[in-house]
Amino acid sequence: MFEKALKGNNYYWVWLAFLGALMSIAAFCYVRQFNYGLGLTGMSRDVSWGLYISQFTFLVGVAAGGVMLVLPYYVHNYKVFGRITILGEFLAISALLMCLTFIVADLGQPLRMLNVIFYAQPRSMLFYDMIVLNGYLFLNILCGWVILTAERNGEHPPKWIYFFVYLSIPFAVSIHTVTAMLYCGLPGRHFWLSAIVAPRFLASAFAAGPALIVVIALILRRVANYDVGKEALNKMVTIIIYAAIINVFFVGLEFFVGYYSDIPGHKHTLQYLFFGLEHHGHMYNNLVPYMWGFVVLFIIGITLLSVPYTRNNKNDIWLGIGCASIFISFWLDKGVGFVLGGFVPTPLEEIVEYYPNVNEIFITIGVWAMGAFILTVLYKIAIDVEHEIEA
Amino acid sequence: MDKKRRDFLKIAGASTLAGLGGTAVVDRLVSGTSPVQSKATKEVDSGHGGGHEAAAQGHAAGVEVAKSGNRFGMIVDLRKFKENPALGDIVVEACHGTHNVPDFSEKKDEIKWTWLTGYGGAFTEHSRLYKDQLTLDNDVLVMCNHCDNPPCVRACPTKATFKNKDGIVAMDYHRCIGCRFCMAACPYGMRSFNWRDPRAGLDMNKLNNEFPTRMRGVVEKCNFCAERVGLGKQPACVEACGDSKALIFGNLNDPESEIRKVLKANYTVQRKPSLGTHPSVFYIV
Amino acid sequence: MYDSGKIIAGLIIFVLFVTFPIWYNHGDAGAVPKVELPKDTKECVLPADQMRAEHMQLLNVWRDEVLRTADRSFNVKIGDKKYQMSLMNTCMQCHTSKKKFCDQCHDYTSVSPYCWDCHLAPVE
Repeated sequence: MFEKALKGNNYYWVWLAFLGALMSIAAFCYVRQFNYGLGLTGMSRDVSWGLYISQFTFLVGVAAGGVMLVLPYYVHNYKVFGRITILGEFLAISALLMCLTFIVADLGQPLRMLNVIFYAQPRSMLFYDMIVLNGYLFLNILCGWVILTAERNGEHPPKWIYFFVYLSIPFAVSIHTVTAMLYCGLPGRHFWLSAIVAPRFLASAFAAGPALIVVIALILRRVANYDVGKEALNKMVTIIIYAAIINVFFVGLEFFVGYYSDIPGHKHTLQYLFFGLEHHGHMYNNLVPYMWGFVVLFIIGITLLSVPYTRNNKNDIWLGIGCASIFISFWLDKGVGFVLGGFVPTPLEEIVEYYPNVNEIFITIGVWAMGAFILTVLYKIAIDVEHEIEA
Repeated sequence: MDKKRRDFLKIAGASTLAGLGGTAVVDRLVSGTSPVQSKATKEVDSGHGGGHEAAAQGHAAGVEVAKSGNRFGMIVDLRKFKENPALGDIVVEACHGTHNVPDFSEKKDEIKWTWLTGYGGAFTEHSRLYKDQLTLDNDVLVMCNHCDNPPCVRACPTKATFKNKDGIVAMDYHRCIGCRFCMAACPYGMRSFNWRDPRAGLDMNKLNNEFPTRMRGVVEKCNFCAERVGLGKQPACVEACGDSKALIFGNLNDPESEIRKVLKANYTVQRKPSLGTHPSVFYIV
Repeated sequence: MYDSGKIIAGLIIFVLFVTFPIWYNHGDAGAVPKVELPKDTKECVLPADQMRAEHMQLLNVWRDEVLRTADRSFNVKIGDKKYQMSLMNTCMQCHTSKKKFCDQCHDYTSVSPYCWDCHLAPVE
């Protein structure tokens, strides 16, 4: 089926070339980082994880979000999702590949990566994260490919594949739960030490993942003549609205616990993220704009999606903007604020702010470009196959 | 190497058991001593049979118990540091000199094993309200607490950081992949990362030639001078204090040791005891 | 087989390419390296042939013993004397030159062990 990725119009090739250029820049920047060390990032001994790990955390959510399509379609036999489910499965593949790339980019000694297997430590959450991420990647490649091949041949998919399809559902939940456990099991990091981190991650994933799929589906309708159907989009929007509201509700609960209990440790990071934290006469607030961006974009997004007039607008422009707002909003929340904020204040109650380095930013952009590249190729194949079946 | 493969198989088997719900079994297997020893050691090593019995003093289930029954600890007598304000810097210099810890001017690259910090930063669980001026004005020496229940050891995905038979939380720089999970896990902020080649921050003519440097991309921290303690010496920082007794080092599991006697005779505090990490460093404020 | 001519030509080019080092050096492996041995000691931890073949495994085992089981006692016997398991503080005390000892074979066989990224070679 790969041959389908090799035939496309000029827009397809220009787009791939553009992404390829970004990836080349990132590769060059990574060589620099590999030779110099992670000192070419903005990280320090106080903020020891930066953009890479925060992007990783967010993208695990995007990958897990695909389950919101798999579950109705395969378990509840919701036929309306017939044309959109493959988009979710392939999105999970590219998001997971981005996740793994971000982890490798973040390692101080990437060549020793396999020590995680050679000297496996079953008490480390990273060990389980490795298992579930690779497992979910494998399941998505397997299911997506087998089902697409069967469709192409005009056959029913083989029965055994449904075992793996059903298995992928708990795996989707587990990838984001285990990723949350990387954070919420650490003593002394008050902001992360919260049982609601995993449910909050899942809620934000079930909004951000489908939101991205809706945006992509609208783009595909224009550029690839691939229509997933209005009913599918409507159902997606319902899922996004509920999940998004639950996510923000969970964030609100964190605020309640922090501010009503008035325990400084529980308040400090929220204070820092949303209002700025004063320390020794200096105001530290470099993440405040991002967090208010999260709030504002959430309100815009949820309004556009909830009001029937904007949701059902003829060419779906407002629908697209609404979903994009939700996606960006939750990226600001989880892909920026959650990980970086957790390091403030430091265990010695000092404040060190993180500013990413240019080299680091280019690597980050490049990994996103790589994800988009893989996604484009996978969707090209999937959509050509669908067109072929219809023809 | 055969040893590695068998270790791997052992761990793979143990993980399978974990999947079947036998975490207790896994803890036993993983912490048990390996019967496998390579040919080379047997020929070289005349014998080290004793000292592998598990110590009686384990705090709670799931705590790795030091295999020799030792648990080294330290008392930092802040009264002595207040009497002699120059002592703190002497101690830090002795430590960093002994272990070839680089000195980078940029804070972003900073690496430190032990240093002086304000009272509020060291004891975040203690109130500073109406504290005596002497306490507030004097800095506190901080270092790795060599916790009896170390969160960093739990977090490390490769056992590059682990608790050795003397209860020292040690690092194997050869194995560290630089994921920095241990840095996020340490509730005391005692770990540093080699963001760049550490030799760029060292005067290569003034190195301690008996101890290696590190390479970039690995995490490092205070090792309680495991290399000196293993030979029966005192840690470098303790030695630097001379006879002042500002730092007292010894085996916490030995009721007759000096450190236990001083602990019995004085009121001491630990950093963040509420987290259940059981630090082995005690402070006389 | 389609395009058999092209494939066979390609294979020949490939074989020539990967064997290039052999052609380039006329099949000559170069002079066998000569390492400088310590002058005042005759014995090592293990017999010379074993050391030549297994020193890297031995160092790995030493590393794990010293770091992981915290065994730093002087239990390495060389003749009547006892030494610590230590690259810097035992091996390199007799083999006082990394350049004339370690590097000789390592350069010849084109291996670059990362020992010296951290461990300090004797000053020379």
